[in-house]
Amino acid sequence: MEHLISLFFRSIFVDNMIFAFFLGMCSFLAVSKNVKTSFGLGAAVTFVLVVTTPVNYLLLTKVLGPDCLADGVDLTYLSFILFIAVIAGIVQIVEMAVEKYSPSLYGALGIFLPLIAVNCAIMGASLFMQQRIGLDPSSSQYIGSVWDALIYGLGSGIGWTLAIVAMGAIREKMEYSDVPKPLQGLGITFITVGLMAMAMMCFSGLKI
Amino acid sequence: MDLFSKQNREVFSNPLNLDNPIMVQVLGICSALAVTSQLKPAIVMGLAVTIITAFSNVIISLIRNTIPNRIRIIVQLVVVAALVTIVSQILKAVAYDVSVQLSVYVGLIITNCILMGRLEAFAMTNKPWPSFLDGVGNGLAYAMILVIVGAFRELFGRGSLLGFKIIPQSFYDAGYMDNGMMAMPAMALILLGCVIWIHRAYFYKEDKK
Repeated sequence: MEHLISLFFRSIFVDNMIFAFFLGMCSFLAVSKNVKTSFGLGAAVTFVLVVTTPVNYLLLTKVLGPDCLADGVDLTYLSFILFIAVIAGIVQIVEMAVEKYSPSLYGALGIFLPLIAVNCAIMGASLFMQQRIGLDPSSSQYIGSVWDALIYGLGSGIGWTLAIVAMGAIREKMEYSDVPKPLQGLGITFITVGLMAMAMMCFSGLKI
Repeated sequence: MDLFSKQNREVFSNPLNLDNPIMVQVLGICSALAVTSQLKPAIVMGLAVTIITAFSNVIISLIRNTIPNRIRIIVQLVVVAALVTIVSQILKAVAYDVSVQLSVYVGLIITNCILMGRLEAFAMTNKPWPSFLDGVGNGLAYAMILVIVGAFRELFGRGSLLGFKIIPQSFYDAGYMDNGMMAMPAMALILLGCVIWIHRAYFYKEDKK
């Protein structure tokens, strides 16, 4: 239990997807123009992360791992293809479900729903999960069960949402400031994210 | 068929200056930032992306007429994932230390937006040879930014380039210190912001002429 709580808070603040690993930057920069759409996308990303990370964990350890399908067969090198297929499939299912049961939310998210499939944060969470299985079990980053994977997905999603909502709020305010012309738009956004990442570094020594 | 007609040359050279995928199209930022704390992984990453973009462009361009429109994203992802798996296995065999340094970012080439962007925008509608040139051009443009940022960060963060000391010992004796800030992730963002600033300032002037 203690390990789950520690893993959860670490994945939100210390190992934040955006500020520590720069994952999901493309949609982060494209969508964070205002708080409302930022929040919608954050919620969708969190949902997909919560589903895909444990599913990929199970597939990796129960199907691809050494001696799982047959003795002496190790299919771990297929993990990239499997992960991306699972992610693309689940995003497709989520898209169809949202379209059927909540057309208004579907309209609000628009093109960003299918684009979640190529969001680096989702793929990144699965790849980090694969890396962390091999860690020392006493480490607070260790993922050793499907619950750890679930909590890690949830924490990463919340961390991503937090970052994109904060960025959306700052960009709303920045509309009114006087920025040099070549720096407008992308340039100043990068520098802002850099300063935010520096602020988030204060969590890096955090021990829970 | 002339392989190096004017049109083909433009396909190759445009991404390198005017239409840079990172600075103008804002694609592939994720991995651009994470691998640039030193020069060597930045170069390897740039090369890997160039190779994968070029060959996935060719493959998709060859089979573009047989892909059903509805499932094209999944087909593209599978082709890219297969190529990335091959490159990652080769990296592990040939340059193990670099592959450890790059860690998950090799796998993340799959979700690199440059690849998907080029496949969707170019390879789906063009013949294999222009697609190949387009892939190489975009990959090299991406590698160029990685190398610029990587060189800056390694030079000021560690005083070396590719592991060789550049800043002489006498500077350190005189009180010069490596800027530890440069090795931090935050600095990559700020540096890239500045690169974009310079790039835009330069090309805005071109517009006015």
